[in-house]
Amino acid sequence: MSPEIIGGIYIVTAAMFIYGLKRLGSPATAVGGNLISSVAMLIAVIVTMLSQQIVDYRWIAVAAVLGSIVGAVAARRVAMTGMPEMVALFNGSGGIASLLVGWAALYTANGEFGISSPFTLATIVLSILIGGITFTGSLVAWAKLAEKLGSGSGAFAGQRYVTLLLLAITIVCSVMIVASPAWTSPLIYVVIGLSLALGVFAVIPIGGADMPVVISLLNSYSGLAACAAGFAINNTILIVAGALVGAAGIILTNIMCRAMNRSLTNVLFSGFATSGPAT
Amino acid sequence: MDMVYLGFILMLSVFLGFELISKVPATLHTPLMSGANAISGITVVGAILAAGADLGSWATGLGALAVFFAMINVVGGYMVTDRMLSMFKKKDNSPKEKS
Repeated sequence: MSPEIIGGIYIVTAAMFIYGLKRLGSPATAVGGNLISSVAMLIAVIVTMLSQQIVDYRWIAVAAVLGSIVGAVAARRVAMTGMPEMVALFNGSGGIASLLVGWAALYTANGEFGISSPFTLATIVLSILIGGITFTGSLVAWAKLAEKLGSGSGAFAGQRYVTLLLLAITIVCSVMIVASPAWTSPLIYVVIGLSLALGVFAVIPIGGADMPVVISLLNSYSGLAACAAGFAINNTILIVAGALVGAAGIILTNIMCRAMNRSLTNVLFSGFATSGPAT
Repeated sequence: MDMVYLGFILMLSVFLGFELISKVPATLHTPLMSGANAISGITVVGAILAAGADLGSWATGLGALAVFFAMINVVGGYMVTDRMLSMFKKKDNSPKEKS
């Protein structure tokens, strides 16, 4: 299929995502909304498969079948009470997928570790960073909800400074990658490792009762990660759907906070506040 | 120029996302989060392109792994959302009165 036809069908699927998300917001139409959105996803996947760029289907087929089985079994087996933590796990797997797409996009520009434009490099680094934070953050959220980790605040003395230091190193490394035209590969591993660590450090101080809000925020992040990956590989449907989820997720997070009579910053930094006096 | 177009698309999508979620009843917060999470599995499209295009074994491997994880997100996300919503249907006992 030519890129024009694929682009046209992407527009239709984007409209279906928007309509589906809208219908999900009202009790009477929610089931249909979810169905529309899932059909849109199916169409997007099939159309992408028919792209002329795709030359080898073997790995896609194996990975898609395995992933579908794991997802379907997990969704069917989970108890009704365990659904929020299941959503956290699914969200984490979406985050790691965006990280991997960003990583793979490094090879699309000009062959192995070739020189790409600073803009592309920046979006690649962003998708890796946000994807990694989403992944480990979601895993910690899952562990807290499933009570594998203590649900209380897991902050240790001075953790705030460790987190800030990690964040600073991450930013420096990211800027170095984007700025240097002949950047070297070890730096990307550093960013991947730091993003994974940051996800843990960001979520672990937050108490278990606040986890639904955190999962909603991480959901927004996974949308942003997909959006950044879309910029990295120049794909419009990734940008539209990712930005949609990113924005909707932020608003939903805000609504959930308001329902609890708290502000978002209050939820995110409550662990730090309680650990503050102990230091 | 391409970048500018993509930037416009991004800006419009963000505003749309803000507008879509305005008045949502509290019972729908979790299903909506789950449904939006499934949509974020759209990254599967990028994963397919990375795995299927001829970019060398490293990119193919990363892409295939990404397809695996993204498919978990997509399939699991939609199915779990559907299960949550079916739970509401039984409780409310009036799923289609307004539709």
